Amino acid sequence: MKNNYQAVSVNEIMKKSVGIDYSIFENEGIGFDYEAMMNHSGYTIDDITSIQKKAMVGSTPLFELHNLTNYARKFSKKGYGAKILLKDEASNLSGSFKARRAAISIQVAKKLGYKGVVAATSGNYGAAIAALAAREGLKCIIVQECFDSNNVAQPEILEKARACEAYGAEVVQLSVGPELFTTFLSILSKTGYFNASLYSPYGIMGIETLGKEIAEQSMEMYGKFPEVVICTNAGGGNLTGTARGLKKSGATDTKVYGASVNLTGLHMASDNDFNKKSFTTGHTGFGMPFAINPDRSDVPRSAARPLRYMDKYFITNQGSVFFITEALAVLEGMERGPAGNTSLAVAFKIAQTLKEDEIIVVQETEYTGAGKHHQPQLSFAKKNGIELLFGDPNNEIPGKNIIFPKSAKDLVVQEVPLERLQKSYLKKHSGILLSDKDKEFLMKELKINDSDLEVLLNDIR
Amino acid sequence: MLVDKNSFVRIRSYVLSPEQRNENIPEDTAKKPLKMWVKGRLTHEAELFEEAEIITATGRRVKGILKEVEPKYKHSYGEYVEEIQLLRELILSEMWSDRDEE
Repeated sequence: MKNNYQAVSVNEIMKKSVGIDYSIFENEGIGFDYEAMMNHSGYTIDDITSIQKKAMVGSTPLFELHNLTNYARKFSKKGYGAKILLKDEASNLSGSFKARRAAISIQVAKKLGYKGVVAATSGNYGAAIAALAAREGLKCIIVQECFDSNNVAQPEILEKARACEAYGAEVVQLSVGPELFTTFLSILSKTGYFNASLYSPYGIMGIETLGKEIAEQSMEMYGKFPEVVICTNAGGGNLTGTARGLKKSGATDTKVYGASVNLTGLHMASDNDFNKKSFTTGHTGFGMPFAINPDRSDVPRSAARPLRYMDKYFITNQGSVFFITEALAVLEGMERGPAGNTSLAVAFKIAQTLKEDEIIVVQETEYTGAGKHHQPQLSFAKKNGIELLFGDPNNEIPGKNIIFPKSAKDLVVQEVPLERLQKSYLKKHSGILLSDKDKEFLMKELKINDSDLEVLLNDIR
Repeated sequence: MLVDKNSFVRIRSYVLSPEQRNENIPEDTAKKPLKMWVKGRLTHEAELFEEAEIITATGRRVKGILKEVEPKYKHSYGEYVEEIQLLRELILSEMWSDRDEE
């Protein structure tokens, strides 16, 4: 018998395990009331800040990367080369911005009386949930996709497992495949624990403080909001939460860009491809599908909806991200990432197109260490037959080689037209007669006006 | 090898056989079983590579094949990577060559 999601009553488990009845936000037709869902908890951004403060999360430093800024200016026209600022999220409890999301989920789980929490994540979010659960005396299970069928694990994921265990969590590790979701549901249903989903409103509200802090710190340091904030984009929560926080703090003119590392050609559910990736997140394998179809996550309606907020979307290559990761270490004395440095690679190029007095903020770093650091990542790549080359990074073929630029001036950044993503998003609605309410929903979903929507709909028909 | 009750171990089990796997997954993945690894303490003494039961950190009882006793963390900083050394030299020279010439 084929494994079947319907065999488990997904909606019932979700209602019990997230503490939210998602059906009350549904509109007639295709849409739902996103803002009602986000406001349902009643928490204000100041409430979130105080929850995070108690959990030793947030209030991370924002500072100018003077050397990297000067490095970028070597390749800029006179008068160009924006200040590159970095928000050092690695200084959060557990070493990444994910602690902001975890703090709210854990607080809600505790308040609602759950005995434990479960999260499906191979990334920093697991460590964050485990650390925050430890502080509240909650039990914690982290479900990871970790090994290929030859029992070879991604070193980065092994490090996350170690961190989760260090905080007292149980780690369930699986081989490659989307059926992880079924195992996850079965654990939720048997334990009755809280689903600390990355995609619940709590998972996103926690990041709004990141945007708020950037707005406030930039105002304090430079007397203005930044021109651009750039977010490494995978599941879309980072960008969504940051953008919402910026807006709530008055930084409505600040542009929000997404950045992902290009892993085109590697299938995310392929056993063969699993260990050919040198990035486990921040890549197009998550960034594109989650932007186009946000509700593919582990809750009925995802609170991460990046196309509502994204002004531009850029991709870069693995070699460029490793280049900038090394530059961050030897020029700024900061060992971070590599995955979080995807937006730094893009910022380095974008800064060269902006004026000297303008500000571009890279809004995230992550802790590094054994398994995660670019040294074990590149060593692992070599072991898996990936060629490491210097040359034109445009020629990089994910899964076959990693191409480092021979100079910082050759870092590769490519803009993905948002229209392409918007059209892909709309495809699933192309055969349906859309009501005015449906169209209103779609305009908000894609941050476009009614004539844009008509043009896009015509194009895909 | 007989392993004592209460030993901290790692077990492995099969969640799905290839026939049970989802439709619409890549062929290479579909041909393989879905495997699961969990750590905990043995509830009874057990033979290595034989069926065993553990209690996990959250108190769950899980069964599987006993694969490893006192499992260690094997991830590291990897081997020396010449390309990283080259990157380091390249970046430092590009950034500071003006200064170094003075």
